[in-house]
Parts: sequence; C-alpha cells; structure tokens
Amino acid sequence: MNRYPLWKYITVVVALVIGFLYTLPNFFGEAPAVQLSPARATLKTDAQLLSRVEAALQGAGISHDGIFLDSNGVKTRFKDTDTQLKVKDLLEKTFNPNPQDAQYVVALNLLSSSPKWLSNLGALPMYLGLDLRGGVHFLLQVDMAGALTKRLDSMSADLRTLLRDKNLRHAGINREGNAVVVKFRDADTRTKARIVLEDNQPDLTFVDGQDGSDLKLTASLKPTAVKRIQDFALKQNITTLHNRINELGVAEPVIQQQGADRIVVQLPGVQDTAKAKDILGRTATLEIRMVDDTPGALEAAMAGQAPFGTELYSERGGSPLLVKKQVVLTGDRLTDAQPGFDGQTHEPAVHLTLDSAGARIFKDITRENVGKRMAILLIEKGKGEVVTAPVIRTEIGGGRVQISGKMSTMEANDTALLLRAGSLAAPMDIVEERTIGPSLGADNISKGFHSTLWGFLAIAAFMMCYYLMFGLISTLALAANLMFLVALLSLMQATLTLPGIAAIALTLGMAIDSNVLINERVREELRNGASPQAAISAGYERAFGTILDSNVTTLIAGVALLAFGSGPIRGFAVVHCLGILTSMFSSVVVSRALVNLIYGRRKKLDKVSIGQVWKPGLDSAK
Amino acid sequence: MEFFKIRKDIPFMRHALVFNVISLVTFLLAVFFLATRGLHLSVEFTGGTLIEVSYSQAADLEKIRGALGKSGFSDYSVQNFGSSQDVLIRLPLKSEQNTAKLGESVMAALSAEDASASLRRVEFVGPQVGKELAENGAMALLVVIIGIVIYLAFRFEWRFSVSAIIANLHDVIIILGFFAFFQWEFSLSVLAAVLAVLGYSVNESVVVFDRVRETFRKARGMTTPQVLDHAITSTISRTIITHGSTQMMVLSMLVFGGETLHYFAMALTIGILFGIYSSVLVASPLVMWLGVSREQFIKAPKAKDPNVSDDGACV
Repeated sequence: MNRYPLWKYITVVVALVIGFLYTLPNFFGEAPAVQLSPARATLKTDAQLLSRVEAALQGAGISHDGIFLDSNGVKTRFKDTDTQLKVKDLLEKTFNPNPQDAQYVVALNLLSSSPKWLSNLGALPMYLGLDLRGGVHFLLQVDMAGALTKRLDSMSADLRTLLRDKNLRHAGINREGNAVVVKFRDADTRTKARIVLEDNQPDLTFVDGQDGSDLKLTASLKPTAVKRIQDFALKQNITTLHNRINELGVAEPVIQQQGADRIVVQLPGVQDTAKAKDILGRTATLEIRMVDDTPGALEAAMAGQAPFGTELYSERGGSPLLVKKQVVLTGDRLTDAQPGFDGQTHEPAVHLTLDSAGARIFKDITRENVGKRMAILLIEKGKGEVVTAPVIRTEIGGGRVQISGKMSTMEANDTALLLRAGSLAAPMDIVEERTIGPSLGADNISKGFHSTLWGFLAIAAFMMCYYLMFGLISTLALAANLMFLVALLSLMQATLTLPGIAAIALTLGMAIDSNVLINERVREELRNGASPQAAISAGYERAFGTILDSNVTTLIAGVALLAFGSGPIRGFAVVHCLGILTSMFSSVVVSRALVNLIYGRRKKLDKVSIGQVWKPGLDSAK
Repeated sequence: MEFFKIRKDIPFMRHALVFNVISLVTFLLAVFFLATRGLHLSVEFTGGTLIEVSYSQAADLEKIRGALGKSGFSDYSVQNFGSSQDVLIRLPLKSEQNTAKLGESVMAALSAEDASASLRRVEFVGPQVGKELAENGAMALLVVIIGIVIYLAFRFEWRFSVSAIIANLHDVIIILGFFAFFQWEFSLSVLAAVLAVLGYSVNESVVVFDRVRETFRKARGMTTPQVLDHAITSTISRTIITHGSTQMMVLSMLVFGGETLHYFAMALTIGILFGIYSSVLVASPLVMWLGVSREQFIKAPKAKDPNVSDDGACV
C-alpha cells in the first residue's frame, strides 16, 4: 500500500533534477563584466559588434573570461574589477571617440559566472533587488494635468493656423483651464469656423457660447482623447527616461509604468545618485516663442501688469524679457541637439536639428517675422528661462537652428544632453526614492542568508532528534522545498529582496508544519495500534486534508499581499506564495516518495523509526 | 523522544471563560495603547526622508544633531541603527525643501563634521505615496479577512469561520498593541509580517477545527465541550512543535537578520505566541458558544473534504 507507481517516482526525480539545475547558477556567483550596448536604435547589436569588442580587447592585450552577445548588447566577463574598470575606459575610448556624442553605452555590470551549458539552458542566478545589490529606485509621478495643458496649448496654435488658412477672422484664441476659447465677432463666421474645426479636429468637442458682446466657441478634449493623451504622455516620458538613462550608462535599468500615472525607475549599481537624480528629475522642454517688443509693454509687465497673452521671463544674464504665450515650436519637433561653437563669435552654442514639420513651421515663422526677436526658452520644473532671444535676420530653412547665448561650454553640453535626451511630454516629480549603498546590499545578503541557514539547521536538528528517520525525511523534504523555491525564483527571474529572503525563511518555518502534521498523525495511528505500513498510509492521507486547508488560508493572505502590496511587501508576497505552492509538493509528494522508497517495499515491517510512540499505560513502547 | 504524554483529554473548555477574559483584557489593553499612544509609523507611511549613515567609529549623536541644526534642518530625529557606528536620520516632509537634494545636503553637512561619514541608504517617500501605502495595507487586511471567512465557511461552517477570524484578528490587534506600547517602528515589512501571521494562525485554528469535525463524525455520545477538548488535546503536540519550529526560524532572523528584519521578526514572534493561544483557547470556545453541534456535520455531506474519496484514498 505504500508504493508509488513508477511514474510518480520519475516525476519526483525529474522535478528534483530540474530544481537542482536551476538552483545551480546561484552557487557560482557573479563576476565583474562590462556591457556595451548601442545608445541609438539605429545602431545594431550583432556579431560584428562582438568582433569589434574582441578586437579592441586583443589590441590592448587584455584577456577575458567569456564574451556574450544578447539582445541588450555585448557583455564581456573579467576576472577582477581592476580589469573591468580598465576595459570600461578602453571601450569608452574605442567606441565613443567623441564623448559629446556617445554612440554606445559602456556600463559596468555583473555577469553570472556559471558555465556556459547552464546559461544555455536559461539557468540564471536569482535576480537580486536593489536592497541586495545596491542602487537607486525612483517612483516618478507624471503630472497628467500638465500633459493636457501642454496639448491644449499646441492645439490652440493649430486652431489658429486652421482659421487663418480658411480666412475666417476670429477675435482671439486662448486656453482657459481645460478648454480653448475662440472668440468671434459674428455668428456666421462662428458657424463656418465650427464646421471647419469639427472636420479637422476630431479630438475636440465644440460648444457655442456668449461672453458679453463676444460670441464664443469653446473647444474641449473628448474623454477618449484625454485618455489617449495621458497614455501617450506616459509612454513618451518612459521613452525619454530610457534615453536619459542611456546617457548615464547603467547596465540593467528598469523603467516601468506603475498604475495609471507613475513610472518606476530602478538603476542597480548606480552610486552617483546626485547625477542620476539630476538627469532624471530635470524636466527640461524647449519652447520657441516670439518676443513682444511693443514699446512700453515690458515696463507695464515689470510693474505687474503684463499685457494680455504675454509672460515675463528673465534672460540668461538677468535682464527681463516679455514673451508671448503662444508657443511656436516645442521640443517635440527636435530630432537632434549637439554642443558646439558659433561659427563667427566662437561662443559655445547648441546646434539643433528640427524634423520636417518643425522645419516648415520654423521657416514660416522666420519669414513672417524678419526683424523681430524670437525667444528660445528652456522650461525646467515649471520655471522657464530664456536661453537666448536673437533677432531674426533672414528666413531660416532646412531645419537647422543654432542656440547661442551667454553660456559656458559646460552649459552648452548640459543643454544639448537634456534636449537630445528628448523632451518630456509631461512634467514629473519624484514621489519616492530609495538609495542603497553597495555595502548595505552585501550586508543584507549575508544577514538574510545567515538567518535562513541557522534557522534551517535548528529545525533540521530538532526534527531529526524528535522524529529520527521520519525527521530526516522531513528535513530532506524541507531542503527540497528550499531548492524548488530557489529554482523557481531563478527561473522566473523574480526580483529577490531582503523581505523576499525573510519570506524564504518564514516559508520554510511554516512548511515544516505539513511534515509535523504527517509525522504526528503517523505516530497517532501507531499509538492506536495500527501496523506500521497502515499507520504511514493513514497518516499521510488523513493529514492531507488539513495540510490543504491550512495552506489555502496562508495562500489567501499571500495573494492579498501580492495584490495590494507594493515595494517590500510585494517582494515578500511573491516568495511567500511560491513557497506555499512548492511546500505542498515537497512536504507531501517528495517526503512520501522517500518514505515509500525506504519502508514501502518491506513486506514485514515491525517498526518504523519515527521516535518514541508513547502509549498511555504502556510506558516503553517504541 | 516524545514531549507530550497526555493520558486524558485536558479539559480546556472548562476554563474557557477564564481564557476569554484574559484575551479580552489583553485585547482591550492593546486597543487602549493603540488609541492613546498610536503607532509609530515609519517613513513609508507618513512620508518623509530617511537617511542611514555609517561612521568608521562610534558616532557622536549630539554632534550629528548639531551639524544638522547648523545646516538649517529642523524636526529631525537622529538615532543609532543596529550598531553604534550606524546612524539613522529621519526628516519630516517639508514642502519648501527641495526633496531631491535633501540626501546630498544632509551628507554635505555630516561630512563637514566627520569625514568618515558614508551614506548607506536614502529613502524618500512623498505624502501621496505614503497615504496610498496605508490605504493599500488596510485594503489587504480586509481582503485577507474576507477571503479567509469565505474559505472557512465553505470548507467548514460559518461558526468556524467567524470564530477563527475573531480569534486571529485579536492576534493582529495585540501585535499592533505591542507596537503601540513600545513605540516600535511600524513599517511596511511589519505589515507584511502581520498579514502573514494572520494567514498562519488561521492555519492553527484550521488544524483544530479539522479535528473537531473528524471527532464529531467519528465519536458518538460525546458532548460538544468533550469533542473540543479531545480535538485540542490530540493536536496540541503538533501545535507546539510546529510553532516551535517556525519560531526557531523567526528567532534566527531576530538574531542574524539585523536591524532591517528586527521588527519583522518581532511581529512574527508575538504573532506566533498569541496565535497558539488564541486559535486554541479563544477560537474553540467561541465555536462552542456559537452553538456548534454534531448534527451540522452529519447532515451536511458538503463539508467533507472533496479530495478524499469514501474509502479514504486521496490523490
């Protein structure tokens, strides 16, 4: 009765072998590596890149421990961190001859030092969270209201162009809150305008209205359009963050959407958090607007009464400037920005390249405004600054623009980087930040490891003393559970954090419950006079219902944590839930397989080694 | 080895009232401390900045406070964290401060005082996130409770599910009471521990209830208190051993886990100790008072384990 069919043994053995294989990489540890990946989508990651890296290493006479190509780029493994740093500099020089215009991201990384055949199986070490490896974690909140306002601003410009193209005269277009208000002098024009605008702007709904003597047409965004704009803003911001982080040179950045309006950024191994925050937190956008040079207007604005439709900004260097609110061009139209020098004055400058639509707009605006001044504004964190406000001398075509003003070479570099990294569709704020130093990470690993190790040993020692052979079997089952759990975590590449390690320890402590239940049941059956074989069988069967019930209740708690938890709680919950599932298998199936293997084959089994079975009245029954 | 040589069923139910009065008093004390002292919520819930700094020698807290004061910080708290060399600085949320630069400016102030200061970690949580974490935590607690009640009601009977959840919620309140009384820091990982304890000690009740059901079915002519006594007595050894084993693991975390896992392990320890007590000595009398009887199990074949067929075989 205590014999498993062959297929069950095979299942257990296969599970154990797979578990062992996927646990294995964790023992090899990680070796320092350098990762080279293209910073631009146009550059390919292919075998040619690999051979270029190899050639560069050979040229410098540096030997490596393995070179790999994957979708991220080329990774090269080294024996020690000294070589790693040396190679980083070498690759930086070889692949980015012009540091101002980095084509490739060269980043320090850690690579599993497990043998190649394991990596080929997809067996990788567990993915360690930031609290274990050190790094920075940011939670950024995207200002959706800001995204909508920005969109409405550019839409009002579109409306203006449309009406002008159709020769429909309006008395002013302005954004008021979340709507664009167009004023008209007569109802006829308004009706015509409404038809034109409705045909051309499917995202807007139009409502007629009256404001004193003026006739109004109020345009607001449709809910579907709002949703789309917000989704787009989030995606755009994520892409922008990707670009900016590429400039930082981080090996495995995580940039993910969280919820409807948040973005998580994790930069493992980054130590210079100030720089990271600076680059990420900067929400610089470029805007080109016209300067209002009406005599007297600037003085009025200085006195606190800015003329309608204008804003007061200060120029780099401090002098005030009155700028129209209407945005001619935004950074969205920018395809490239490079630092350089002005051809004539040799002042530091930033060279901008506009896309075709941007180039056309720019050409039009410069043609129409020869002799006037245009302001190039850099908007950071809601505060705008006029970088430069040159006088337009001729029509500028071809989409090549140069910004030069009172800036240093350093400032030119920074401005170019910010602009090149792409503009954000909506401003973002850091709402959560975690920075973990590398020494703390290593400490956390050793603390978590020691907790688990000593706890496990204590339980193992106790179980073996108390239940003898059955205790040994329970311990083996528990060890199998640990192995399955680690294998599963490695296989899924779920992020392991310190709370995750705590969950491993706790889950092991709880998993032994199933084996205690079984062993106590078997003892009880023996106490009631059952034969050893019958006691084993009945013990396992009776205990199963209880084990199932208790694990399901624990699982309910685990799943709720998973669903509502964030950050550390989530890390805990993932491991906890997985651990409950593996413990069901290991404590029931694996331990039963072992028991069957040891006792099941014997026809005559007089006693089993499960420790003393005390019977009331019969004090020395064993 | 056999620790538990019990000849007769221990008459737990005779003292049911006493146990429940003890529970009620502890519970009320916990509620009292929660109400008067409140939880010392961590930065994760309240929002604010937390900075861990490590020194090469024992840190002089007064000097650190002075350095922070000089640099224009206010309402900060400075304390040792784990060892005398590690210091934890907490700063409340301030709208006018540039939160992004807070970490650096604190480090600048500290390094000026003592060059050996090195930054171990910075945590900044905005007010909105903190509020959400608290809300999500409460939500998780609610879902766990509802989920367990439904599952137990389905597997056993409503009386069991109600008693189990009351008994275990009382554990949760008591853990929180401890945290309020000692003003230990209540962080997200403590919350995780509390919820894990909830699931874990319901376990305990389930094991006892399983026995109660089995005994009701098997033994005729036993009164309800006798059945409960028998069920508790026959599971007591596994209760103690299981909890002992889990506690060994938790103890190991308490000893080796360092400051980060300290309160997590602490919450688990309290939870495990009270979990034994409440699920055995509180849940069972509650079931009894709610009027559990043999008929409820004989009539309702639904309550049977669907995984065990009539001949007792299971897969």
